[in-house]
Amino acid sequence: MMQRLSDGLEFQAQALALRSERQRLLASNIANADTPGYVARDLDFAAALRDAAGASGGAAGAAGAALRTLRAGLASLPLATTALAEGDLRYAAPSQSNLDGNTVDMDRERASFADNSLKYEATLRFINGHVRTMLDAMKSHQQG
Amino acid sequence: MSMFRIFDVSGSAVSAQSQRLNVVASNLANADTVAGPDGKAYKARHVVFQTELMGAASAAGVRVAAVGEDSTPGRRVHDPRHPGADADGYVTYSNVNTVEEMVNMISASRSVQNNLEVMNTARALLQKTLQMGA
Repeated sequence: MMQRLSDGLEFQAQALALRSERQRLLASNIANADTPGYVARDLDFAAALRDAAGASGGAAGAAGAALRTLRAGLASLPLATTALAEGDLRYAAPSQSNLDGNTVDMDRERASFADNSLKYEATLRFINGHVRTMLDAMKSHQQG
Repeated sequence: MSMFRIFDVSGSAVSAQSQRLNVVASNLANADTVAGPDGKAYKARHVVFQTELMGAASAAGVRVAAVGEDSTPGRRVHDPRHPGADADGYVTYSNVNTVEEMVNMISASRSVQNNLEVMNTARALLQKTLQMGA
């Protein structure tokens, strides 16, 4: 029962960790906008989240035993906190080639950055809503 | 929390860009410098940016790898009355290209603004993360 409550939260936590990872990636791209030879990189968010959710048993894995989810949850913790593996990162295709080999497209990076910040905030709100729901469920009916 | 690295990344970029701005300032200040007694005028300087990994592959900051001198020959103007003129009556000015330096300055200033905004956004998001669950 408890585990079903925390599964959704765990999924959102993983999404949040990946969002912050992508935010850092986009910040690196913007920081290196004038570095010769720098190749812009991005994250395939859907695939990365699928990988992360699959490693932890996923939000849909409700039938699993408590021990299994606990173990998987612990195993997924370092994944969420440490850096992404090199294979998860994709190189952005340059829209306009540059003489110095830099492929940072500032317009695209700024747009992605704004998009990612918004979605990070949305994930935060989901988590807050989830926590509030759980707190409400724990309250006795006299407390209102 | 990997978001904290953003401050390192963007901070390194701001510091590198400000160094670039510094070099532009000294180039512009010396735009009209003539050759000294050694016959060598001021040479324009340019920064060389390099990516610097900060802990993880996805945190790439910037650093100034070197400050190089522009090797193009200085501007020569025929002005025999000038005290700095050589035997043929030519004065050698510095090789600073003022237009190029102005463009460099605008580019550096825009980059600094971009990175500051990135830091501001990261700060706002982190502040909201701290209030999570409240």
